Amino acid sequence: MFTYILYGCAAAGLAVSFSKDRGKTVKALKKAWKSFENILPQFLTVLVLIGLILSILDSETISLLLGTKSGIWGLLGAALLGSITLIPGFVAFPLAAALLKNGAGYMQIAAFISTLMMVGIVTIPMEIETFGKRMTLFRNGAAFLFSIVVALVMGVIL
Amino acid sequence: MMKGREWLKRYWVFLSLLAINVLIGILWPQIGRQSWTLTKSNLVEMISVIPPIFILLGLLDIWVDRATMVKYTGKDSGVKGMLISFLLGSAAAGPLYAAFPVAAVMLGKGSSVFNVLLFIGAWSTTKIPLLTFEATSMGIRFMITRLVLSVIGITVIAFAAEKAVPVEEKIS
Repeated sequence: MFTYILYGCAAAGLAVSFSKDRGKTVKALKKAWKSFENILPQFLTVLVLIGLILSILDSETISLLLGTKSGIWGLLGAALLGSITLIPGFVAFPLAAALLKNGAGYMQIAAFISTLMMVGIVTIPMEIETFGKRMTLFRNGAAFLFSIVVALVMGVIL
Repeated sequence: MMKGREWLKRYWVFLSLLAINVLIGILWPQIGRQSWTLTKSNLVEMISVIPPIFILLGLLDIWVDRATMVKYTGKDSGVKGMLISFLLGSAAAGPLYAAFPVAAVMLGKGSSVFNVLLFIGAWSTTKIPLLTFEATSMGIRFMITRLVLSVIGITVIAFAAEKAVPVEEKIS
């Protein structure tokens, strides 16, 4: 269902863009392909990784590590993992969805996704260049705490 | 096309994982076969969702002119500036570290720190192409709940950061 809406939007967008400016549309398509080709290696890597992880770890092990009963340690572990890793969302969501299907808890997965997006330990040096040390540390620290709160709330709601 | 060596450099992690998978398939045929089936079905599912997302991403990148938007997000831009910063971040494409150079340009051209922090927050969490993707893989409820919470959180963090960190410390 959602996929059809997406295809509809893309088709409409292309049609409007094409009627306005042919060259720009071609450029946009080239950019689309380039950004796809950019993530392709990581994308393929994570797909194989998901396959491997899920066939080696059974659902019982996953629910033990990240399941609803893994509690605060599962939550903190997931949040830390998300802060350290640098995987694009296009790759992270399939992984998260696969983990959920196999017994991970909503709370733990929400913590992982939230820190993955908002907290970037690896990119802190780049951020300091722009915002300065104190601002960067403040933002990342606050984002980490906030992610925990989001995870707790989502664990209760969903 | 890219040169072979460059290609190898980018894909070596994938290729080695593939090799490991084959090795596992030889040693433990059942695990190997299961892993292969999972990877294949995931790949097919993803490939069917991805084309429209990247087309939209390309269109946004071409039609949204960053330079003209920057001037609408200054200190006195008020609610309009907040909204624009949020939408600007949401409409962007690319990883968070690609946002820092843009943020630097915004700060240099006189955008308020609060607005730039909103922009960074939006870029990191509420990107439109990514939200659509999140909805397809995690479900609409998951996406909406996280979106609502994120919008609140990003605003609170931006506000607190602007208040808590002295102005002269902000830009190194």
